Amino acid sequence: MTASESTAVRATGVERVFGTAKRSVQALTDVHLEVAAGEFVSLIGPSGCGKSTLMRLIADLDQPTGGTLEVFGKSPRQARLDQDYGIAFQQSGLLPWRTVLANIALPLELHGVPSAERSKRAAELAEMVGLGDFGGRYPDELSGGMQQRVAIARSLATQPKLLLMDEPFGALDEMTRERMQTELIRIAKETAAAVVFVTHSIPEAVYLSDRVVVMSPRPGRITQVLEVPFGRDRGETLREAPEFFERVTAVREALHGTPVERANER
Amino acid sequence: MTASTERLLRIVAPVVAGLLLLLAWLGLSLIPTGRARLVPGPVEVLSAFFANLGIIAEDALVTGGNALVGLVAGTVVGVLLAGVAAWLRPVDAMVAPVVAAIAVVPIVALTPILNTMFGASSQFGREIVAGIASFVPVFVNVLRGLRQARPVQRDLFTAYAASGSQQFRKLTFPTALPYLVTGVRIASSLAVISALVAEYFGGPADGLGTAIAGYSKSGNAALAWAYVGASIVLGLIFFLVTVLLERLTTRRNSS
Repeated sequence: MTASESTAVRATGVERVFGTAKRSVQALTDVHLEVAAGEFVSLIGPSGCGKSTLMRLIADLDQPTGGTLEVFGKSPRQARLDQDYGIAFQQSGLLPWRTVLANIALPLELHGVPSAERSKRAAELAEMVGLGDFGGRYPDELSGGMQQRVAIARSLATQPKLLLMDEPFGALDEMTRERMQTELIRIAKETAAAVVFVTHSIPEAVYLSDRVVVMSPRPGRITQVLEVPFGRDRGETLREAPEFFERVTAVREALHGTPVERANER
Repeated sequence: MTASTERLLRIVAPVVAGLLLLLAWLGLSLIPTGRARLVPGPVEVLSAFFANLGIIAEDALVTGGNALVGLVAGTVVGVLLAGVAAWLRPVDAMVAPVVAAIAVVPIVALTPILNTMFGASSQFGREIVAGIASFVPVFVNVLRGLRQARPVQRDLFTAYAASGSQQFRKLTFPTALPYLVTGVRIASSLAVISALVAEYFGGPADGLGTAIAGYSKSGNAALAWAYVGASIVLGLIFFLVTVLLERLTTRRNSS
């Protein structure tokens, strides 16, 4: 495996300034981050910390004003053109006039994959996210959780080695959310894709990730990176485990910048 | 209230309303006002309608033809201009005030001028009036529709490295389609009304509007009302066809 293949994302001194020279906002400053192939990394922090901005920079939906960013050793633009990553947002962004299968197949269709191969792949993916029986349905016939499954299946259509997810479960209820998290762990394992996962839920970040990147606003920056050494075989029991809560506390303290006991005394 | 009585009510209520209106009409027609009655009775109007079905149909074809030509032309121009305005902001800034002005100006008032320009024997003036009237709702709706694709959908297409034309064909256009059809539905009624009212302002001696004006002046009120009835039918045909079109295209665009 070459160096470019073993590193999914490499950010060096990345900076993003919005606005003009007079009234500028430092959305991101001096961001150094490396995401290994197959690694699950969460970006967590309060709103305005630049976690979504960082994800958009990796996706080449926005360009940094300083520093360098590499995706599989290429420029983010090249990685986007090569379809090296799949992406999902908080809103599913499904096309309401297309069926579930046609929505999943959309990225393949845009890249000229033959129709037969497309429908085969879309059916496989629908099966993978547990929507095998819903391929012919339209988005408005599905619940929010099911729509989000379709969005995830679609993000996997081009078999990417990197998944970018911006609060994909943010609009779901807690029970659906936990079920989707467990499924995402399974999917990430099955596809061996690296994941950059933006969230503002501490338990979610700990439950899913190999590493949690804690960010802070004004200016948006990385303040701490915490390891979550639970391996890839995680089940629902982990949610009740003491070491899970230890990690949750650690992330919480990193976010608040003070021990939690102190926060309780106030 | 149970579902079945509600369904029954939905059919019975308009029928009752129609019968009441017919009774009121009959009552009005029996009021004597000097040498003539206020309105001709339903029977007279209906018999005038069927006795003159041939010429009424001919005139309806003339007015309907003008409305259709105007509707098609107004739609084509409206779609093209909305496309350019959505694509180039400066064009939007230039066109918007002009469209706003057209929307408030009573277009039919231009008919005498247009008739003078293109000659009193040409239908062209009437077609232009119907065209301008149709253009406005089509333009406004299509322009709005072209901007309805959500940012998340645009981001997704960018992330898929979709080309500009792919994004237009697979996202922007399908999103705008229901807006286009709604614009055409609104425009269809306007086209018929404009084509008909334009006939009141001169031009060739055919068409439903010309007949209504002519027969009401010459005292043949029953035939004038028969023509009014034909105008309603013509307007309804345009409306129903476009509603059908709307149903067909918007089945899956609601969410």
